[in-house]
Amino acid sequence: MSDLIAELLAGKHRALARVITKIENHEPGYRELVSQLHEHTGNADVIGITGSPGSGKSTLVDKLAATYREQGLTVGVIAIDPSSPFTGGAVLGDRIRMGSNIGDMDVFFRSMSARGTLGGLSTATTDAVKALDAFGKDKILIETVGAGQNEIDIVKTAETVLVLVPPGSGDDVQMLKAGILEIGDIFVVNKADLEGSDRTVQELREMLGYREGRVPSTVGHHGTTDVDATIEDSDEDDEWDPEIVETVAERGEGVNELLDVLADHQAYLDSSGRRDQQRRQRYAEEIRTLIREDANELLVEELEAQGGLDSFVQQVVDRELDPYTVSDSIIEPIAECLREQRADAESE
Amino acid sequence: MSIEKTKRQPREAIAMGVDQEQAERTIRCLVAKVGLDGHDRGAHVISRAFRDAGFEVIYSGLHRAPEEIVQATVQEDVDVLGISILSGAHDTLIPEIIDGLEEYDAFEDTLILVGGIIPDEDRDDLLELGVSEVFGPGASMEEMIQFVRENAPERE
Repeated sequence: MSDLIAELLAGKHRALARVITKIENHEPGYRELVSQLHEHTGNADVIGITGSPGSGKSTLVDKLAATYREQGLTVGVIAIDPSSPFTGGAVLGDRIRMGSNIGDMDVFFRSMSARGTLGGLSTATTDAVKALDAFGKDKILIETVGAGQNEIDIVKTAETVLVLVPPGSGDDVQMLKAGILEIGDIFVVNKADLEGSDRTVQELREMLGYREGRVPSTVGHHGTTDVDATIEDSDEDDEWDPEIVETVAERGEGVNELLDVLADHQAYLDSSGRRDQQRRQRYAEEIRTLIREDANELLVEELEAQGGLDSFVQQVVDRELDPYTVSDSIIEPIAECLREQRADAESE
Repeated sequence: MSIEKTKRQPREAIAMGVDQEQAERTIRCLVAKVGLDGHDRGAHVISRAFRDAGFEVIYSGLHRAPEEIVQATVQEDVDVLGISILSGAHDTLIPEIIDGLEEYDAFEDTLILVGGIIPDEDRDDLLELGVSEVFGPGASMEEMIQFVRENAPERE
């Protein structure tokens, strides 16, 4: 085991920070680091928070972290902000909102730049979560890039997804659109003290009703639990019914209710076997992605060795080659080589 | 095959001779406002200039305590800590920050810069404490960015 990982496992903050940096930069040796982390992971609850810019994600994360700390739990936060497509630079501003956890080293807050990836997460996020998990954090909160409609990568990393919907965020056609409303386990109507929040809750409820074929219950801020809290809780299937929670994160209102719902969801993940299923799916996806990336690199290398993409492009432009032939000429030797190996292995 | 993969040129990485595994080092900076000093126009301008230079900038926000700056520096693992002080309290705040960084083993490999209003007679004291450079009014952005590029600590 590398010294750095040993220090991380021993609880040294600097080592954790450095491991995340190495992961982010894809520094030489980072793969070995992540490999060594793997056996120590699997103990943290991973919660994703997404929503449009200005919906209050950072403030809510701050309050959630503070409340978990009151319960004696340790918290890791990864907050992702966009990077400039022109310079690669970024201003990461989520930390400004972390006012409730000043000087508390047991809240490990890390800002990340999306580094050009679309989808709301950085490619390093999943591995950084592993580092926090192995470090021993009980709860890991991932705050995505201020997402609009399609930044839904968070479902691939988080176990529970919170979608923040600010009041007055559009008419019901917005709500009908595919994407972000399909990924939420819990919908948080934040800034619930603003005008239009009742209408937003109503629209969300209808929308989710279409999705689930039933009316989800509402808890939180306004104490509207009396209306239909008990509706349709008949466990006829094993599906989770998305819940709507109203909060005013800035004042901490509704945060406890939200934590209760979060705990419910975590319990559901265990009792339904969803967590296990989710993990298997994720590892499958992770293996697939890694193979794809590694193969990609191998192919880029081969492409370079054969004169580079530009020369192929020129030949395609000149009508000497076509794209399919180019692809075949790169892939075929590799495929050939693999087939031979398989044949050898079988004949032995 | 996504050949148009949006990877930045690993400029710094090449300079450090680590081009295997496609290392791409990005300089991370914390721009910090500490103490009772409400003027952050300068910090904003610098954050933006650093961003445009391709750095990742974490801005602390106003009125931060030294321990917050330490927490942020350690957790964010920044290469550069730029502290902006215009209140004149640098001679108490900066030693506190440096002590905190030492406590978490973050002092040695963080480039510490101070900007703002620092009287000439205090400059040498700060440099002696471990501040790498003091940039006063009139320092140019290019100069600062160049300084960061050349002096960002190499790390193992």
